Amino acid sequence: MNAFIWTIAVVTVLGLVLALVLYLVAQRFKVEEDPRIDEVEKAMPGANCGGCGFAGCRAFAEAAVKAPNLDNNYCPVGGNDTMAKVAAILGYEVKAKAPMVAVVRCNGTCEARPKVNEYDGYPSCYVKSLLYTGDTGCAYGCLGCGDCAAACQFGALSMDPVTGLPVVDQEKCTACGACVKACPKHIIELRPMGPRGMREFVSCVNKDKGPVAKKACANACIGCGICAKTCTHEAITVEGNLAYIDPAKCKLCRECEAMCPTGAIHGVNFPKPLDKDAVKERIKVRQQKAKEAAEAANKATVISSEVEKSKKEATNE
Amino acid sequence: MSKLLVSPSPHIHSKVSTKSLMLDVVIALIPAVICSVAFYGWQELLVLGVSVASCVLLEWAITKYMLKQPSTIGDWSAVITGILLALNVPYTTPWWVIFIGAVVAVGVAKMTFGGLGQNIWNPALVGRVFLLVSFPTYMTTWSQPQGLFGVDAVSGPTPLGAIQEGLLQGASVQDLTAAYSYKDLLFANLGGSAGEVCALALLAGFVYLCCRKVIKPWITLSILCTVVVTSLIFWSVDPTRFTDPVFNLLTGGLILGACFMATDYVTSPMSLWGGVVFGVGIGFLTMMIRYFGSYPEGVSFAILIMNSVVPLLNMWFKQKKFGRK
Amino acid sequence: MSKHTFSIGGVHPHDSKISRECAIQPLPIAPTVYISVAQHIGAPSVPCVAVGDKVKVGQVIAQPGGFVGAFIHSSVSGTVKSIAPRADLAGRPSTHIEIAVEGDEWLESIDRTDTLVTAIPEDAKAIIDKVRLGGVVGLGGATFPTHVKLSPPPGSKCERVIINGCECEPYLTSDFRTLLEKGEQVVVGAALLQKAMGGVPCTIAIEENKPEAIAHIREVIAKLGYKDMDVMVMKMMYPQGGEKQLIDAVMHRQVGSGALPISVGAVVQNVATALAVYDAVQKNKPIIDNSVTVTGECFPKQANLLVRVGTPLQYIIDFLGGVPADAAKVISGGPMMGRAVANLQAATVKGTGALLFLTEKQTRRAPESNCIRCGKCADACPMGLEPFLLNKLSKAKDWDACEANAAQDCIECGCCLYSCPAQIPLLDNIRVGKGAVLGAIRARAAAAKAAAEAAKK
Repeated sequence: MNAFIWTIAVVTVLGLVLALVLYLVAQRFKVEEDPRIDEVEKAMPGANCGGCGFAGCRAFAEAAVKAPNLDNNYCPVGGNDTMAKVAAILGYEVKAKAPMVAVVRCNGTCEARPKVNEYDGYPSCYVKSLLYTGDTGCAYGCLGCGDCAAACQFGALSMDPVTGLPVVDQEKCTACGACVKACPKHIIELRPMGPRGMREFVSCVNKDKGPVAKKACANACIGCGICAKTCTHEAITVEGNLAYIDPAKCKLCRECEAMCPTGAIHGVNFPKPLDKDAVKERIKVRQQKAKEAAEAANKATVISSEVEKSKKEATNE
Repeated sequence: MSKLLVSPSPHIHSKVSTKSLMLDVVIALIPAVICSVAFYGWQELLVLGVSVASCVLLEWAITKYMLKQPSTIGDWSAVITGILLALNVPYTTPWWVIFIGAVVAVGVAKMTFGGLGQNIWNPALVGRVFLLVSFPTYMTTWSQPQGLFGVDAVSGPTPLGAIQEGLLQGASVQDLTAAYSYKDLLFANLGGSAGEVCALALLAGFVYLCCRKVIKPWITLSILCTVVVTSLIFWSVDPTRFTDPVFNLLTGGLILGACFMATDYVTSPMSLWGGVVFGVGIGFLTMMIRYFGSYPEGVSFAILIMNSVVPLLNMWFKQKKFGRK
Repeated sequence: MSKHTFSIGGVHPHDSKISRECAIQPLPIAPTVYISVAQHIGAPSVPCVAVGDKVKVGQVIAQPGGFVGAFIHSSVSGTVKSIAPRADLAGRPSTHIEIAVEGDEWLESIDRTDTLVTAIPEDAKAIIDKVRLGGVVGLGGATFPTHVKLSPPPGSKCERVIINGCECEPYLTSDFRTLLEKGEQVVVGAALLQKAMGGVPCTIAIEENKPEAIAHIREVIAKLGYKDMDVMVMKMMYPQGGEKQLIDAVMHRQVGSGALPISVGAVVQNVATALAVYDAVQKNKPIIDNSVTVTGECFPKQANLLVRVGTPLQYIIDFLGGVPADAAKVISGGPMMGRAVANLQAATVKGTGALLFLTEKQTRRAPESNCIRCGKCADACPMGLEPFLLNKLSKAKDWDACEANAAQDCIECGCCLYSCPAQIPLLDNIRVGKGAVLGAIRARAAAAKAAAEAAKK
C-alpha cells in the first residue's frame, strides 16, 4: 500500500516539476511574431510547392504580412479564392488574376517523330539533355523521360505511354510552375486557362527551318507564317521559324488552326470540333473581299492623286 | 544496323553484379552446408530446405502481391538469408518455427525496409534472435551431432551453454572446459546450431570470399582479434571464472557471425576504419555478453547492436578525399 | 618500387588494346571537311575567311575568341563553301566551316620533310608563341589550349613537366603507336616543353602494358641526350592518365580541389600534344591532323589512322567498311570517358582520339537495382568521394550537401558506375550535382568580385 502511494506521489511531483520546466523554457525562448502569419498560413493550401516563389506556405505568409500590398505575392495554387481570404486577413486589396494552366508545347508523338537512336542512360530529361539533343531528329522537343511528371506535386502531369508525351490534367493543375522549371527543353508554358478552358496554342518549339523541322517531326511548326497572315487580331508572331500565339490577344476564332498545314496549332476544350473547310472558305471569302476593297482603295487613291495632279497643273498655269 | 545506343560514359561495366556477388557468398557457404548435413544428417537437410524455400517464396510473394514490384529473388540474397537462418538454428527445430523465422527475417527485417540494401539489421540474425526469444525451448535444445545416418538424437547443451550452467552451479571453468578439446571444436564434434559446429568449413568459405574480393577481411579480423584480446585479459585475471581465448574463438557462432553475418554489405560500414571500429564493437560486446550476460552466446546480439550504429560509422569514418585535408 | 600509381581508388578494366599492332596510316582526304570553330575549351574561335575564299593546308581560318582560345587552321586545301551551324556528334548545332577539297596544297612555310630538328630554340617565349600560333590544344581529351597551360599565372612556378603516355583507357592505341613511330619527335617536343617551362626536369609516364614504347623512348632519350628527362613506368590502372592522378603518381603531390596542376608545380601534356608542339615549333606545322584509333571487337578492321581535322565520322567508317551489323554503340574516345556518337555525320575535331564500336552485349546497361551498400564505388573513386551518397544528394537536388561532399571534385572518370554491382547510374546523376555545384561556386565568385569592385568605388 505504501509503495502504491509513493508511486503516485513521485509520478505526480515529477509531472509537475517537468511541466514547470517546460513552461519556464517556453517563456524564456518565446518568439514574438505577428499572429496574422499563422492566420495567413492557415488560409494557404499547405502544399509547400514553392509555386509562389517562396520556400513554402509559411515563408509566403511571412512575406505577405511584411509586404505593403499583395501585388508581388500570389499563390497560384490557391488562386483567387485563397488570395481573397489572405487579403481579408491582412486588410489589403487583391487583384484577381486569370487562372493559368500548364500547356505542353510539343506534339512530337512516337508516330510523328520517329526515334533515330536509343537512349540508354539514367531516365531523366535533364541528364539526357546534358548528354545530347535527344533520341529523335528534333533537337527542341520533348525528351520523354518525365521530369515534369516527377516534379508535379499535384498528380496533374502523367506520361502517355502511347505518345511518349506528358499530359496535363487541367482539373488538377494548379499552375505552380514546377514542371516549367523541371523541363530542360522549356516546352511547358503557363497559359491562361481561357474562357471555359478554351485555349489556342502552337504545340511546337522547333526553331529549325521548315524542311528540317518537318523531316524530324510530322507535327512540327515549319514557320511558314500562314497563321500570322490569317490572324486578324495580330495575336501571332513568327520568330526564328516558330509561331507563337499571344494568349492576351487571341480571340479564339480558330482560323489559324484551320489554316496550319502541319496541324501544329491546337485548340482545346472547344464545344464543337473544328470544321476546317468551312473556316477556310470563310477566310477565303474575307480575303477576297479585302483584296477587292484594297484594289478599290488603290484605284481611289490613284484617281484622287490624278485629280490633285491636274489641280496642281491648273494652279501652275 | 539498328538504332545506335546513346548513353553517358562509361560505356563498359565490370562483370561484377549483385547476383554474382550473392552467388559467391552462396558458394562460400557450401562447405559449411555440406559439413552440417554430414554431421547432423537428413534433418539438417530438411531445415535448410524449409528455410531457403520459405525465404525465397516469401520474398517472391511480398514483391508480387504487396509491393507490386518486379521480383527480386533473382539476386540470390533470399537464398543466403535462408541458408544463414538454417545454419543458426538447431537441426531439431520444427519446420513451422523455421517458417516463422523466415517470415521475420525476410518479411519484417528485410522487405519492410524496402528490400535488399535498405535493411538496417541483418535479416537472418533478426529471424534467429526472434526465434531465440520466442521459442527458447526449441532454440536451446542442442543435440549432439549424430552423423548422416544417426538415429538417436542425444540432447545436450552447447559448450558455451554448459559452461554458463556450470558456472551458476559453482563449478570452475577449467573443469568445465576440460570436456572439450580444441580439436573437437575445430572439427565440429560438438553440439550446437549447424553453423556453429564446423569452424574450418566456415573459414574455407571466408578465404574464398576474400580471394574473390567479395569481402574485405578487416571486419572479420578485427572481430576475432578483439575477442582474443578481451578474453585474454579476463582469462589472465581469473582463469577460474573466465574461459580462455582459443575456446572463445572456436565456440558458439563467432566464426559464422564474423565471416558471414558481420560482413554483410548492407549492414556493415563501407570504409576501412569504420569496419575496424564495427568489428571491435562486435568482438567486445560478444565477450561482455558471454561473460556477464544472461545468454550464453552473444554474437547475434552484438552484431545487431553494431548494425544499428553503422550509419553513424559511415558518417564518421570517411576515406580521405583527394587533395583535401 | 619500379611501378608507380596514384594513391586512392582506381579500377582494372581489361585493356583490350586489340589495335596495338596497326601502324598509323594516313586516311585519304575526304571530299568535304567541316571544321568546327568550337573544338577546344574556352571561347569559340572567330572565322576569318569568307565563303568562296580559297584556302591552303595550314592556313588560319579562325582566330581565337579570347585568351583561352585557339587558332584554327584549314586541314585541307580548297574552297570555303559555307560557314553555318552544323550538328556535332551530340546533335547540337555549332558553327562549322565547310571546305570543298581541291588537291592538297600546303602553305610554303610548313616544313614537310622528315628530317628531325633537334636544336631547341633558346627563347621560351618564342616557343610558347609558336605553340599558340600552331593552334595546339591538349589532345588527351580536354582540348585545353596548350599555350595557356604553358603560361602559368604569376606567383606559381613549374617544377616538372610530365608527358602523359599512360593511355589508360581500354582499346585506345593511338598514343602508343605515336610513341613507337614518332618517338623522336615526341621526345624533342618534350624537350621543347621543358625549355618553355624554364628548363625544369621532365618525366615521360608510360603504363607497363606498353613495354615496346618504354624501351623505345628510353633508347631515344639516350640517343638524343637531353638532360633531366626520364621514363617512368606506371602501373596498369585506370585512371592512371587522369591529370591529378598522374601528378600524384609521379610527384606524390595532390592537386587541391578546384586548383590547377601548376599549384603543385606540375605541367602535364599528352604524348600527342608533345608531338603537336614539335610540329608547331620545329616544322611550322599547325594541328591539321591527329591519329585516331578505329577499333572494337565487332569491327572487322582495326586501324590507327592519321585523320585530317574536320573529316566526317561516316567517311572514316566507310573507308574501313562501314558500321558493322552487330555494333550497338559508336563512341568517340575510349569506353570509360568517351562520348557516344548520336550523329555519324559529325566531323572530327582536334581532340578526337578514337572511334570505338561496341556490341549490345558489351555496352547495354543492365537494369538498375537497389544499392547494396557494398562501398565498391567509394573504393573505386580515385578522388576519394562517395559516389553512392552524391548520387542520392544529386537526385534530391541538395546542392549544398553535394558541395559539402565534394561533388565538384568529380573527374567523371566513370570508375563508380563501372564497378557498381547494382548498375546504378551513379555518374549520370553526379554530373548533374557537379554541374550545379560548379555553377554555384562560379556565381559566388562573381558575386564576391562584384562586391569587391563595388567596395572599391
